[in-house]
Amino acid sequence: MLEIKDLHVSYGAIKAVKGISFEVREGEIVTLIGANGAGKSTTLRTISGLEATAGGTITFMGQNINNMPPHKIVELGISHVPEGRRVFTNLSVIDNLKLGANLRKDKEAVKKDMKKVFELFPILEKRQNQLAGTLSGGEQQMLAVGRALMTKGKLMLLDEPSMGLAPMIVENIFEIIKEINNEGTTILLIEQNAYMALSIADRAYVLETGNIVLEGSASDLAENDEIKKAYLGA
Amino acid sequence: MRLIKANKVYIIMILSYLLLETLNRLGILNSYLLQIIMLAGINIIMTISLNLVNGFTGQFSIGHAGFMGVGAYSSAVVTTVFFHTSSWPVYFQVPIFLVSLIVGGMVAGLIGFLIGLPSLRLKGDYLAIVTLGFGELLRASIRLIDYVGGPRGLAGIPKYTNLFWVFLFTILSIYAARNFVNSSFGRACISIRENEVASEAMGIDTTKYKIISFTFASFMAGVAGGLFGHLLMFLQPDTFSFLKSIDYLVFLYAGGMSSISGSILGAGILTAVPEFLRFLANWRIVIYGVLLVLLMLKQPEGFYGGKEFGFLKIVRQDKKVRTEKAS
Repeated sequence: MLEIKDLHVSYGAIKAVKGISFEVREGEIVTLIGANGAGKSTTLRTISGLEATAGGTITFMGQNINNMPPHKIVELGISHVPEGRRVFTNLSVIDNLKLGANLRKDKEAVKKDMKKVFELFPILEKRQNQLAGTLSGGEQQMLAVGRALMTKGKLMLLDEPSMGLAPMIVENIFEIIKEINNEGTTILLIEQNAYMALSIADRAYVLETGNIVLEGSASDLAENDEIKKAYLGA
Repeated sequence: MRLIKANKVYIIMILSYLLLETLNRLGILNSYLLQIIMLAGINIIMTISLNLVNGFTGQFSIGHAGFMGVGAYSSAVVTTVFFHTSSWPVYFQVPIFLVSLIVGGMVAGLIGFLIGLPSLRLKGDYLAIVTLGFGELLRASIRLIDYVGGPRGLAGIPKYTNLFWVFLFTILSIYAARNFVNSSFGRACISIRENEVASEAMGIDTTKYKIISFTFASFMAGVAGGLFGHLLMFLQPDTFSFLKSIDYLVFLYAGGMSSISGSILGAGILTAVPEFLRFLANWRIVIYGVLLVLLMLKQPEGFYGGKEFGFLKIVRQDKKVRTEKAS
């Protein structure tokens, strides 16, 4: 579904991503794990068109999406849950969700999808008229995921959904990610919390300073000694 | 009774117009007071349009008077230079005036679009400098065009702007802005203000929406300019310098960002206050300055920041539907 070949991204003279290749197949949950500064977020942002590529190709459903403007990429079916949630704090929960559906013309389907989001996150329905800025961190993360769902993407990119959240809420969010995946959305997940990420993913790649150093099925990597030492704290 | 209740805003509007008009006809409002009221109306249109860019879309434009100048001149050219409207039969004059206002708005909108295209990629202070530059460029260019009088100005503009037209166009602007802000366009613009990266990630074409709001605001400023020219009957390019742009910024901040009601209050009150302070003679501007400082210290969000009058709030239909189904 998504194929990255020899992707390079730089910020000025700093090379953040140095020629990585990986793929995400339809229906999978794939995770990129790695420490701070490994280039995870940059990779995700580049797929969404928020950063320019300095080399390599990104192919989504057979189409080259290198350096396409972000709104075109969303239109093709890639939704992005940005790092640190970035909900629109001065807008209501409903308006946040509607913004996710901004590109869509099918009003009836949008309404249906909003109901679905409320089924996944009942707390959002209760808070629908509240300003997003008044939500707790966990609720904001749910809203960010819900907002991305409203774009009706086939592939969802999730950037550190566990960041700054209590362990119980993290578990809740990951369960919902699994559920979203079961309903047919392919997921590319970026996490520092490698343990949680590997527990729900099918396959995983390990990024270190801009390079992929390991790849394999999530269950294999969870057993890998190096990974255990470096990321799982065992 | 319900009919009255449902339309009470319209009724209040019509009544307040009738009140002003009656006072005017009876000669209780002298032409000086009337002029202030009309200028306040024009300033309200200007401030609301600036609010669309600076308040709702979160961009920082400080060259807004330039668009007003373009509109004022374009519209005056239509009535005065091109058609010599005053030599036409009376019943033709007003339609030509209205057409000229639209022309003023369209020319200003077009120029706003052309300026917005390259400059709205910039953010914050950089955008401010560029809009300042373009605003001054527009004013300076008008000075160079002899066809419209160059630096001498354009005189002999017929006085078509009256209380009725100002009132009508102010109300139209308020409603246009309200509907814009509450449309999906407006929501997209607000999302850009809230978080540009997130709105990009949501598939919002941020450049497009910035240009839409900038062009729409320029159009409104152009119409306001047309009213302004046909009120003062004389246009001089330097009227539309950046000092005037700053006036509108002051009205905007004093009234309250991102609030149409705030723009109405800010422009309305601050147009009137310096006039009522005239008895202070040389101290007038000093006191005006002190009042502004006090306002910002005591009420940094402006008269009405972030709030709206009841009639400017839109009750969302779909919200109702959902709660009904839920219960």
